[in-house]
Amino acid sequence: MDVELRGITKRFGSVVANDNVNLTIRGGEVLGLLGENGAGKSTLMNMLSGLYAPDEGEILIDGKQVAFDGPSDGIEAGIGMVHQHFMLVPVFTVAENVVLGVEPTGQLGSIDMKRARRQVAEINEKYGLHVPPDALIEDLPVGIQQRVEILKVLFRSADVLILDEPTAVLTPQEVREFFGIVSMLKEAGKAIVFITHKLHEILEISDRVSVLRQGRITGEGDPKSLTEADLAEMMVGRPVSFTVDKTVADPGRPMIEMDKVTMLDETGEKVLDRVSMSVRAGEVVGVAGVQGNGQTELVEALSGIEKIASGKIIFDGEDISHATVRERHSLGMAHIPEDRHKSGMVESFTIAENMVLNNYYAPEYSKGWAIDWQKVAETAARFCIDFDVRTPSVFLPGRSLSGGNQQKMVVARELERETKLVIASQPTRGVDVGSIEYIHERLIASRDEGDGVLIVSSELDEIMGLSDRIYVMYDGRIVAEFDNTGGKADRNTIGLAMAGAHEGEGAAA
Amino acid sequence: MTDVTTTPTQAEKLDSAANRKARVMGGILIALALLVLFALDVVPGQSATFRLTTARDAIQLPNLVVPGAFNMVCAAILAFLGVRQFLEGGARWTSLSLGFGLLVLVLAFLVWATAGTAFNLTSMLKAAVLASVPIALGGLAGVMSERVAVVNIAIEGMLLAGAFAGALIGSLLGGWIGLVGAILVGGCFGLLLATLVVTFRMDQIIAGVVINLFVLGVTSYVSSQVFSEYRHLNNAKVFRAWEIPILSDIPVLGPMLFNQNLFVYGAFILVGVATYYLFHTKNGLRARAVGEHPRAADTLGIDVYITRYVHVTVAGMVAGFGGAFFTLGNVGRFEENMTNGRGYIGLAAMIFGRWHPVGALSAALIFGFADSIQQKLALLNTPIPSEFLAMAPYIATIIVVAGLVGRSRPPAADGKPYVKE
Amino acid sequence: MTERDDLKGVNERMRALLARTTHGRDDFEDLVIVPLFAVVVALICGALIMLATAVDLPTIGRSFVALAVGSVGSLSAWSETLTSAIPLVLAGLGLGLGFRAGLFNIGAEGQLLMGGLAAVMAGFALEGLPMVIHLPLTLLIGASVGAAYAAIAGILKATTGAHEVISTIMLNLISFELLNWLLRQPWVQREGRSDPISKSVPDTAALPKLLDFIDPNLRLHAGLFVMLVAVFIVWWLLFRSKLGFAFRASGENPSAANYAGMRAPLIIVLAMATAGALAGLAGANQITGVLGRASPGFSAGIGFDAIAVALLGRSHPVGILFAGILFGGLEAGGRQMQVDAGVSIDLISIIQALIIVFIAAPLLVRAIFPWGFRRPRNGKKGGAA
Repeated sequence: MDVELRGITKRFGSVVANDNVNLTIRGGEVLGLLGENGAGKSTLMNMLSGLYAPDEGEILIDGKQVAFDGPSDGIEAGIGMVHQHFMLVPVFTVAENVVLGVEPTGQLGSIDMKRARRQVAEINEKYGLHVPPDALIEDLPVGIQQRVEILKVLFRSADVLILDEPTAVLTPQEVREFFGIVSMLKEAGKAIVFITHKLHEILEISDRVSVLRQGRITGEGDPKSLTEADLAEMMVGRPVSFTVDKTVADPGRPMIEMDKVTMLDETGEKVLDRVSMSVRAGEVVGVAGVQGNGQTELVEALSGIEKIASGKIIFDGEDISHATVRERHSLGMAHIPEDRHKSGMVESFTIAENMVLNNYYAPEYSKGWAIDWQKVAETAARFCIDFDVRTPSVFLPGRSLSGGNQQKMVVARELERETKLVIASQPTRGVDVGSIEYIHERLIASRDEGDGVLIVSSELDEIMGLSDRIYVMYDGRIVAEFDNTGGKADRNTIGLAMAGAHEGEGAAA
Repeated sequence: MTDVTTTPTQAEKLDSAANRKARVMGGILIALALLVLFALDVVPGQSATFRLTTARDAIQLPNLVVPGAFNMVCAAILAFLGVRQFLEGGARWTSLSLGFGLLVLVLAFLVWATAGTAFNLTSMLKAAVLASVPIALGGLAGVMSERVAVVNIAIEGMLLAGAFAGALIGSLLGGWIGLVGAILVGGCFGLLLATLVVTFRMDQIIAGVVINLFVLGVTSYVSSQVFSEYRHLNNAKVFRAWEIPILSDIPVLGPMLFNQNLFVYGAFILVGVATYYLFHTKNGLRARAVGEHPRAADTLGIDVYITRYVHVTVAGMVAGFGGAFFTLGNVGRFEENMTNGRGYIGLAAMIFGRWHPVGALSAALIFGFADSIQQKLALLNTPIPSEFLAMAPYIATIIVVAGLVGRSRPPAADGKPYVKE
Repeated sequence: MTERDDLKGVNERMRALLARTTHGRDDFEDLVIVPLFAVVVALICGALIMLATAVDLPTIGRSFVALAVGSVGSLSAWSETLTSAIPLVLAGLGLGLGFRAGLFNIGAEGQLLMGGLAAVMAGFALEGLPMVIHLPLTLLIGASVGAAYAAIAGILKATTGAHEVISTIMLNLISFELLNWLLRQPWVQREGRSDPISKSVPDTAALPKLLDFIDPNLRLHAGLFVMLVAVFIVWWLLFRSKLGFAFRASGENPSAANYAGMRAPLIIVLAMATAGALAGLAGANQITGVLGRASPGFSAGIGFDAIAVALLGRSHPVGILFAGILFGGLEAGGRQMQVDAGVSIDLISIIQALIIVFIAAPLLVRAIFPWGFRRPRNGKKGGAA
């Protein structure tokens, strides 16, 4: 089945998300769609799947024009989308999720679960997906959840599969397996759109590539004749280097040490299991791992957001195992939270208010019990200039900023003071390339000033590019440690550790 | 070089929110045990006599005589449950222990209050079932709307509206039409709530509170403006009990469950239907998906808005039916604010019942039990002021809400408006 | 040379960044037009309801005249309006503060009741103290008891996660029973009475009347000043103080507040207690300024109306002041309406409920009056990719 997009334009208010986009998708072929965060990839694909309607332009399937009036029309036409954030109901079983919306029914409107299970098993078999039909989604690892998403699309007999950033949550080995599934689908004659911002994946899997920048197609071609540098320039609009310039680290005294720290969740399950680690002054330590293996909890334990059940945390010689967030903050710990919208800022507060969100009580901003707002505004303006936060005024609400500027605002707040340890969790998630480069420079600068820097990221490239030393987490434990001086750590070995292969061994430093 | 051992050391002093809660609950249970031991102690030798059948019943049962020592046993059970919670931090059993503990407390209280006299247990149980009807239907209305992620504080108002419509329409056109009218009026308020929160994206709690205030205002206004003058508009015929042959002759259970009016049977049937619908049918699955992950449902072509509209409207109809109980199923006439917080207790029953129809019904039966004890005990001359007995269900509700939320999980999207992109 | 240029550039940027943005038309629509429409539409709905209940047109006309005259038509009308507004504004301030901190406190009624009850008891129990001590102490005790009662819900939420909506509703119901019981106790009940009514508050604990030199029937009392001071204090607390900053941050984004080191449990309890203190103060004011004694249901639904006041005032102290005066006017006018036109005062609570609907769902007002607003601004969010 062939799909053609002609002159597609989509606006959200004054923002043009897609501007006159032309795209062809053919059966038995993988089309790589490349673009930065905010380039308009998801919007474009949401229109193809029927979730949005385009303002201008037309969609043709096998030469015939179609108009979708909602996602069910897209499904009807044979277009299936695997979303970046999984569209699975966590408390339902695999089979329930797969049949949802197209349930086989028996008497009295009841669902024929037997038939559903059988149908799921058939597709499972055909494409070698190996998904247990009766498992609850919330009990499955993300890699398997992704297969459920694919199963869902296949169950609706889709001929066009749109895969939105499918590798973001996978280990390098899982990516390999995933590519195997993609090839199998391709051979079965399916048309596949592979959306990503990772250049090497595009080069590896796609038969054709289109690059989107600021809503427009800025490049198209055959991946065989393109290099990563070509793609990067098409994507960003200028030559970029993804390597971070930095000198060899000169680590000093331990800044933070964790000694056999265990943490439990609400139900009493261990989410951190006797984790021991350290970050020394003047080094960048990265924590790699597949999402949900305890990295978030590690940061929560270090920053004091959640209480630890046992173990010890020493910060520059001081026991802070049970210190509050504020105490740790005033000792010189900076924390860039993983989700700025959820925990890094208050969107309705002004930029000035956001700039003092965690040190509004400091003496320099105080007049007795009141806050000296004049002083706060001046400081905020200075931070904005220093960290290149682009805004017309510090009295505008935080939500008026773009993602990159919001993140720079958070980074400015955390780094613009005397710090000893910087904890940066997903510091560049959902941020444009310019801001990524800037934030990386700032983190390295903190290291060079003698701070300890801890980076947690789901982007292995980011970890490998920045870190002097790398820990790998799996199932709430640190399962391996790698020396990355001069980038010498091996990507593949790290990948294996992320999948839990190094369990019990401990890797060579 | 990294420290990785695999044998877990149980001796580690572990702490978590669940364990803390279990310990708090343990403390409460131990306190209840002390309460039973010292405040509800029965003079030795005295016993409580419960009559199970009346002279007119087909099958006769001997009286149930409970010795005062029963309360010692109750105290011991409570203490055991408490200590268990406290020491083992048995997080898994917290809600069960609490429910059981409250039941034991109620039994001990009953024995204490009846000590030295006799008391018709069956009639009290019958009254308990009756009292639980509006709570169960309110709770069911809550389940129906919260399963599609619309928080329904408006149950109170919907009950009141149903009661009012039942009285007014029932007086004019007869009981059956009054009942239909009550259901429709309840449905209208469900539709209104859906419109406000789904289409106009009003805060769900504010919308609920407003509907409650509005219904209270309208019904009070009409009842003082109109009913006071035209009394015949507020004088409906009450649905009498329907005796189900044979089954109603079963001692205790018969009068309790099979010699009741339409509303009791209706509540039980609706709970069954709702359970089947939510957990076994296509539309039930879709509804739950909307409550858990609306965006996922949307991407699969399920219309989130229509699903919410339909279910919240149906919830309103269920509550309207429940409201009609107050007038058509009980006294026949409407009085200002006659629901008196039952809708809120229904909401608590829903939470206690973990967003499940059967759970809500069970919780409602416990509340109804407490309610009827309070009313019957006024006859027994207990030294406890009636106000404190009246407070008991409210305090129980607070304990339930405090003890259970966090343990049981509401639908994931509960209370959040859904904005299509 | 270049360094100075740089410095100049930076200074200019600083100045630009620090320039205050002016309020746009959106704010104007939000703060003025929506409430205005809400009130007008609610009054029209009120008329329709009267029509539906067979009230004839002349009577409806007389009702609205009575409503206007009874609320603002004379000095005594103003006195009544402000007297009714005082507890509404005080309790509304507490609720608004709670909303800002993300707490939906429905328990103002119970807190007000407990505060008023405490004030009565303090009033007659501490008889003999000079007024300068007795009156402030009475008010303070009322506020403290209100705070303590609200803190129960706060502590429950902070420690167990019990939702404040349910627990405050239950606390309301409990407070009604508690009041009924207390009023029958010999140490509270007035001597020689069999009905539940408390002893009276002596003059030394009563808020002085402000206008009795003109006419002894004018009820306006010194609670007016208490209300105005409270408006200022709550404004300062919310928008100037450190604690208020923490309240607002927790209300807008609890997770971010937690990450910023604000202690959620403490803030919940403090915000609840402050709200309860204001509701308790409202009750104490009502007792010491108007009623002089407690009887069953003396709170008269003020705690519920105050929810509407807080919403109408957009949880801003100044907005609450105006909203409270509006609602006070409706109450005072409604009483006049009942006397002059024989229309039940319950109509007022319908109108009040309708006002909140229109306020809380601005989209609804926009849908009814599309011409009152600029075209809806869509797409605040850019296209995500």
